[in-house]
Amino acid sequence: MGKVMLEVNNLKTKYVTRLREDVYAVDGVSLKIEEGKSLGVAGESGCGKSTLALSLMGYYFPPLHYISGDIIVDGRNISGMKPDDVRRNILGTEIAYIPQAAMNALNPTQKIIRFIEDVIHVHDPKMSDKDIYDLAKERFSILGLPAEVLQKHAVELSGGMKQRTVIAISTILSPKVLIADEPSSALDVTSQKMVIKMMRDLMDKGYIKSMIFITHELPLLYNVTDDIMVMYAGQIVEKGSAREMVFDPLNPYTKGLMGSIIVPEEGVRENKLTAIPGTPPNLKHPPKGCRFAPRCKYATPTCSGMEIPNVELPNGREYRCLMSERKIREVYENE
Amino acid sequence: MSDAKKAACLQGKGVTKVFGFGDKKTVAVDHVDFDFREGEIISIVGESGSGKTTLSKMLLGLISVSEGEVLFQGSPRDIRGGRKKKEYWKNIQAIFQDPFSSYNMFNKIDSVLLDCINMRGGKNLPYEEKFKMMSEACSFVNLEFKELTNKYPFELSGGQMQRLMIARIFLLKPKILLADEPTSMIDACSRSTILDMLLKLRDEINMTVIFITHDIGLAYYISDQVYIMEHGKFVEHGPAEDCIIHPKAEYTKRLINDVPKIYEEWDLSTV
Repeated sequence: MGKVMLEVNNLKTKYVTRLREDVYAVDGVSLKIEEGKSLGVAGESGCGKSTLALSLMGYYFPPLHYISGDIIVDGRNISGMKPDDVRRNILGTEIAYIPQAAMNALNPTQKIIRFIEDVIHVHDPKMSDKDIYDLAKERFSILGLPAEVLQKHAVELSGGMKQRTVIAISTILSPKVLIADEPSSALDVTSQKMVIKMMRDLMDKGYIKSMIFITHELPLLYNVTDDIMVMYAGQIVEKGSAREMVFDPLNPYTKGLMGSIIVPEEGVRENKLTAIPGTPPNLKHPPKGCRFAPRCKYATPTCSGMEIPNVELPNGREYRCLMSERKIREVYENE
Repeated sequence: MSDAKKAACLQGKGVTKVFGFGDKKTVAVDHVDFDFREGEIISIVGESGSGKTTLSKMLLGLISVSEGEVLFQGSPRDIRGGRKKKEYWKNIQAIFQDPFSSYNMFNKIDSVLLDCINMRGGKNLPYEEKFKMMSEACSFVNLEFKELTNKYPFELSGGQMQRLMIARIFLLKPKILLADEPTSMIDACSRSTILDMLLKLRDEINMTVIFITHDIGLAYYISDQVYIMEHGKFVEHGPAEDCIIHPKAEYTKRLINDVPKIYEEWDLSTV
């Protein structure tokens, strides 16, 4: 068992809208990532994936507010820190974050090397530009990016190249945890593959110790991460290894999600896609009990009556459902 | 095998589109031939910049064809002049990538659907009749019309908007539906609903669907015929099974290699 890089216990955060209504976007999330492991987060849009990413960084700017829970990065609790302290002491060295559509965030008037200087100077103001350039050049060449990119402006690069540059910039300080929020969703398949390869390289060469990968594309998660976690309405409904989650889902929602996978492989055409009826609940007033119950075809009246416990199986797998493991398998087999 | 029986719908002979002239000439679509048959789902697959969207705009008649000709139902298509164009658009309709920009945000949902009925010559029908038609269209796409009345487009989610687009198509009943990346802005779950609806349009109203996508997995799942496009040319075409499971062109092989798989090993070394 490796060293635990990131541990989150019962994290709860909320958004406060302009009308002073609370929206519970992350509601009781617990997770643990060991050194050298990667965790994928999947779910429909609006289920709280991106909010989870922001909350994990301790980046609490209004309208996002922290309620309770612990975030422990490599033995250090960062949950109560002020956002400014977080930016200075945590971001970059402990946790790096790649937001959605990060490639559009590059300032077009600056050369790429300036962003790297900025990042390093925040943490080490004394480092000379020459050293920074050497460091950046070495890192870029290891990651398969041409060194000329450093002297270019963002507008001169293609979309895939920009995205890879952003990833290289954000991991230049070798962070312990990398949180990547849809790093490849706006790219075509070839650039996507390059980005994925680069993230694998980062892991293999030890520039990042662990990774959280957020996306709604399940075939991608299956290929990239060791474990997958499925979120629904701010809660984790199932967690397990990638293989188990895709081929042997336990929670009915996960099963529905896995039914929507499309890959260009023989025989897939005959599998009918299963869509989940209905829409996700409004998180201003989350339903009592199981949040998926209104859309679940196996739901019973007890499902929405009581708080659903998180069942932990001996092999480290977790799922949130009232049915026992044996019952679930029975039900799925009879379909 | 059944190709010969199906009536011709849209055909192209040496269709070309050139932007600019002289030194700045860009050939976006380069002498492509195609033969789309009635009641089939045809996918056009290619990466960004391969000319998919330019071709689709030519098929829609939004931009002119530089060279070659497009045949509609066996005879050359004549869309010069506004009236002829409008007549043509009764036969071909489109769904675009971004459902949020497809609606007039000042109009309520009812009027979006009412317009379609009026366009199909149902202007003088009593409201009860129209209401029935609208409810039918909404239930075709698994929406509840009662919940949608008096709502504005921005109150709907992306998936709902895209489904409402299909409800419009159901009311208009064109011969051809051109779907330009209809699922790329919505998540995987709503995506399967949209795909199933396109299949339903084909099976129930015998509509020809031209499905433009960069995702070869989607193309494999949904289509009867697949056309693979690279740099303005079709490098390969044929039935989906042949084209995607046993690809011949190098480009197709590369595209398939680059898509994440779950039953086979995904080879990352070939980048």
